[in-house]
Amino acid sequence: MQFVSQLGARSARRLACSFSILALVGLAACGGGGADTSVDGEPAAAGEGVSGDIQIDGSSTVFPISEAMAEEFQIANPETRVTVGVSGSGGGFEKFCGGETDISNASRAIKDEEVATCEAAGIEFIEVPIAYDGITVVTATANDWAQCLTVDELNAIWSPEAEGSVENWNQVRAEFPDEPLALYGPGTDSGTFDYFTEEVNGEEGASRGDYTSSEDDNVVVTGVESSNGGLGYFGYAYYAENEGDLKSLEIENEDGECIAPTLETIADGSYNPMSRPLFFYVKKEAYDTKPQVQAFVDYKLDPANGDLVQEVGYVPLPDEDLAASKARVDEGKLGKDPS
Amino acid sequence: MKTDVSSRVVDKGQKQSHFTANLGSRYTIDRIFKYAAWGATGVSILILVWLLVTIVADGIGTLNWNFITSFPSRRAENAGIIAALVGTVWVMCLVALFTVPLGVGAGIFLEEFAEDNWFTRLVEINIGNLAGVPSIIYGLLGLAVFARIMQPITGGRSVLSGSLTLSLLILPVVIVSTREALRAIPNSLRLAGYALGATRWQVIWSHVLPAAVPGILTGVILALSRAIGETAPLIAVGAAVFISFLPEGLQSQFTAMPIQIYNWVGRPQEEFHYIAASGIIVLMAMLLVMNGVAVYLRNHFQKDF
Repeated sequence: MQFVSQLGARSARRLACSFSILALVGLAACGGGGADTSVDGEPAAAGEGVSGDIQIDGSSTVFPISEAMAEEFQIANPETRVTVGVSGSGGGFEKFCGGETDISNASRAIKDEEVATCEAAGIEFIEVPIAYDGITVVTATANDWAQCLTVDELNAIWSPEAEGSVENWNQVRAEFPDEPLALYGPGTDSGTFDYFTEEVNGEEGASRGDYTSSEDDNVVVTGVESSNGGLGYFGYAYYAENEGDLKSLEIENEDGECIAPTLETIADGSYNPMSRPLFFYVKKEAYDTKPQVQAFVDYKLDPANGDLVQEVGYVPLPDEDLAASKARVDEGKLGKDPS
Repeated sequence: MKTDVSSRVVDKGQKQSHFTANLGSRYTIDRIFKYAAWGATGVSILILVWLLVTIVADGIGTLNWNFITSFPSRRAENAGIIAALVGTVWVMCLVALFTVPLGVGAGIFLEEFAEDNWFTRLVEINIGNLAGVPSIIYGLLGLAVFARIMQPITGGRSVLSGSLTLSLLILPVVIVSTREALRAIPNSLRLAGYALGATRWQVIWSHVLPAAVPGILTGVILALSRAIGETAPLIAVGAAVFISFLPEGLQSQFTAMPIQIYNWVGRPQEEFHYIAASGIIVLMAMLLVMNGVAVYLRNHFQKDF
């Protein structure tokens, strides 16, 4: 009896002790975080002008633009707090139409069903193009036969019917050599995939499925780089960073010219149809009632900040397009641009 | 020993002439199996070492105090992990706070109190199933319940919503490991307690639970180690990626290390890949500390029994 109660008391003490250690460790760690916050918060008190939170979510493609803008904007306006999430274009709209965010990034225009969701929730929005991206079709540097492809040829390679049948470069064009095609592309959740399939195969999301796909475009880069017959596509920034290791193909545009993707051709629209606009959508109510949101939107559309867009690998809007974006916002032009 | 066995086998063989000992080939099979097991261990260790070496080689160059104390930036050389690091510490503290009492409590109930009837069996089957549900499903649940319905309490896309979501994710694991730890305690300990007139509660609290603590702690830490690496549910709940302040309270917005690392890995610029590796080193260091604490506590308790 005595033994049992002693053992019991000792164990209970040990147990209590261990839980208090755990709790202490937890408190210390959390407390440390808290202490940091107050230290970090102090310099912000010196700021003037707008203040408050700005909630952004949406496309991971557009994220670097928001990140760069937010970083600089917060230096200029230290009392604002901008947070940017990456739920993807679709996930972003879900939160946006749920009223959770002020601004939603998208690498494609808002879809009609998303417009309907927003309408049902009473969320009015303004669509604002912010930059261009050129979807770049790349091959390995060893590929010395292909220079320029037409959209029809891309369609022959990527259409759903090509699955299992188009497997060789000589099926794309007769003069191409007998070299197996090794295809790489982004995953089906990506806005790049949506845009490419829409332009090349005529229907968003329609694509052959027997290619190596990855949500991480760096995987596509490595894949194409290492196979002679490789072909892949992704945003221009990934090509710009790997220019020496990959070869970009020219694409025959609507005027029948072969155009290579460059900052200029993407911006002036001659690299069509593979040049796409990137958007952000701002909630009308937030723009009207929150000065910090208004200030941030104006900051994004300031021509002086176009450098930030270019720095993160995208093509800034030409001045007149930027002015048009600004005009949309100033007029409060609601809804999706039908054009 | 070896000759002893073989001589006996040979004796037996003389009586039953159709039996051949064939020891040579038996020992060969023995050896082959041993080398195969060695090989399996070696391959897994090699892969681990290779992974560690490449990560450390990539990340050590950019791992410095500035990286630890800076907020994210568009420029890799200015970017740091402080927001994600503190966010992860917050989330882990809260997850431990929620799951330990709930998970251990549920485990005790199911193992020590519950009768074996259809209801208990239904609960057991469901817990087993829940442990296998993909984490993104918990993320969507967390978005709907914690971030939306309970928005007035959790503050929406907050560190509290994220922690509650991850708590749900690892709760089944904690419950199952608590039950296993309790089951491993010999029944004689309980019976001895009852025989001396102790109540059920006294027996569990003073005898069974202390003896089971090492096992429970192992389970809890393993579960937390799973939670610390989760990205998808936190993204679904609405954790940010760019955030330049630290959580100030339960309702504050936050980010976590795996999200930050995932974002850096996917960037086109190679410099971001290096700081992603640095981030992984920080994450691994944190995991190592957690596991170290667990091992220490386990040894501490095992001395008693």
